Amino acid sequence: MSAASLPLRIVPSVLFDIRRPQRMMERSLYVYKRGWMVLLSGFVEPLFYLLSIRVGLAALVGDVETGGVLVPYDQFVAPGLMAAAAMNGAIFECTANVFYKIKHSKLYDAVLATPMSAGDVAFGEISGAVVRSAIYSVAFALTMWVLGMVESPWFVLAIPAATLIGLAFASLGMALTTFMRSWEDFEYVPAITLPLFLFSTTFYPISQYGQWSWVVGFSPLYHGVELVRAANLGQWDASIVGHVAVLVALSFVGVTVASRRIARLLLT
Amino acid sequence: MCDTAGMTSRPVVSARALVKRFGGFTAVDGIDVQIAPGEAFGFLGPNGAGKTSTMRMIGCVSPVTDGELRIFGLDAATNGRTIRGRIGVVPQLDQLDSELTVVENLLIYGRYFDLSRAQCRAKADELIDFVQLDEKRMSKVDSLSGGQKRRVSIARSLVNDPELLLLDEPTTGLDPQARHVLWDRLYQLKERGATQVITTHFMDEAEQLCDRLVVMDGGLIVAEGSPQSLIREHVRREVLEVRFGYGRNQEQLPALDGVGSRIEVLPDRLLIYDDDGEAALSELHRREIVPDSALVRRSSLEDVFLKLTGRTLVE
Repeated sequence: MSAASLPLRIVPSVLFDIRRPQRMMERSLYVYKRGWMVLLSGFVEPLFYLLSIRVGLAALVGDVETGGVLVPYDQFVAPGLMAAAAMNGAIFECTANVFYKIKHSKLYDAVLATPMSAGDVAFGEISGAVVRSAIYSVAFALTMWVLGMVESPWFVLAIPAATLIGLAFASLGMALTTFMRSWEDFEYVPAITLPLFLFSTTFYPISQYGQWSWVVGFSPLYHGVELVRAANLGQWDASIVGHVAVLVALSFVGVTVASRRIARLLLT
Repeated sequence: MCDTAGMTSRPVVSARALVKRFGGFTAVDGIDVQIAPGEAFGFLGPNGAGKTSTMRMIGCVSPVTDGELRIFGLDAATNGRTIRGRIGVVPQLDQLDSELTVVENLLIYGRYFDLSRAQCRAKADELIDFVQLDEKRMSKVDSLSGGQKRRVSIARSLVNDPELLLLDEPTTGLDPQARHVLWDRLYQLKERGATQVITTHFMDEAEQLCDRLVVMDGGLIVAEGSPQSLIREHVRREVLEVRFGYGRNQEQLPALDGVGSRIEVLPDRLLIYDDDGEAALSELHRREIVPDSALVRRSSLEDVFLKLTGRTLVE
């Protein structure tokens, strides 16, 4: 094989080379078996948001109109917070943790010396993050149900919706992490996720943006929030297909870039 | 299964005009190597000689820039996954899973090779016993000493019963006692028939462990043979080391004319090669040359390297 044929060999093979990503998840299981308390932290934050809005803001704001119906403000915000929790869970797992494994613990170097491929490593770690994010989503959904904030039986579909959000953000997060050079670069992560959290129709409907509402479409989280909210209200229309397509496409791009970058960084 | 005479004689590793370049830098500059089954083969050389780059290519974690590399008769460029499934790697720096315990490290590593959980458990027990780390079984690897970590690395590299074991500077940074424990384990593995490829810059290690070795320098192979044959071929049996004080060794050369078969001048000492070092020392005394210190020792690979490159190995 000459050097010239290498890129051609890597482009299609990265995703086809994914054979046993579940091994990376098995490994994470060993880690979390001991440190399961760590998992709690990711759930507590969105829960505090939810409670504070329910206790204080909801009464001040009153009802909000969404999809042609009026809902109490806390019930409007809750799906947004659930989507944001899925995003944060996935991002958390796939940025600093992954960076540590690439640069410091050399975990992936050891894994790649076995029949595991770069795609196995990337997709395996992403899948692990998706599971973690899905656990948060389920816990959050149960809390909403207990607090009487669930509007429709369709709400069960909010779980797969949140899982898709987790997949998109875990993939993008891992892809982004492979470009980071030092811990300082992680300052950019909240610089991206915070505006997404605030401006993705999490706290108020898209109509508030007026003629600038099209800008919101660039936020991946917006598409996720719309899915979870639609599930909660049980209101489905054709726009759902678009939202799902955006998240699926982003996941695909993220997994591909992350796999290729892992190979590029470690198989030198 | 089909271990016919033809199979056993086929080299485990076969490299032809193997080249590794990183951008404009050439780490390995066209080497030819054949390693036979069951052989303990060494790559000896200073830092930057191209040893680790060669090992990474053999381990199929580094693409070959040019030339041909076959392992078990398979092309390294296209059969990486299959080849990696049949080799064990002990990297230069331990890459143990620092978040896991000793036993978990072995269990999960077996899973990467697609062993069943039951197989992994059996293998982990066997290997922890082999490297004598029973009391550390449940310890996080971070809490282990350097020597213990290296033993875990060796145990881990054996989970898949590798036909070929790659050891990159296996004893660097270990104290003498830990080195000997490790050598002992490697010797046992060799007796069981595993092919070993070892890189080192320690002469005694190469002499202890390797049946055959190549000396690398600047990405090239500068000599090849068994440790004994290399010493025989390139230097005399013994060396007389004499010191006249730093920087004052060169000026002694005229007076030493005719002593020994060859003299190497280093900044801090003179090396006089001869089949009989004591005879050379007597000759010095007869000429009434009195060095600050004199020492007769057996020649080593270090001397071979010095002769071949004009430099000492570990600067």
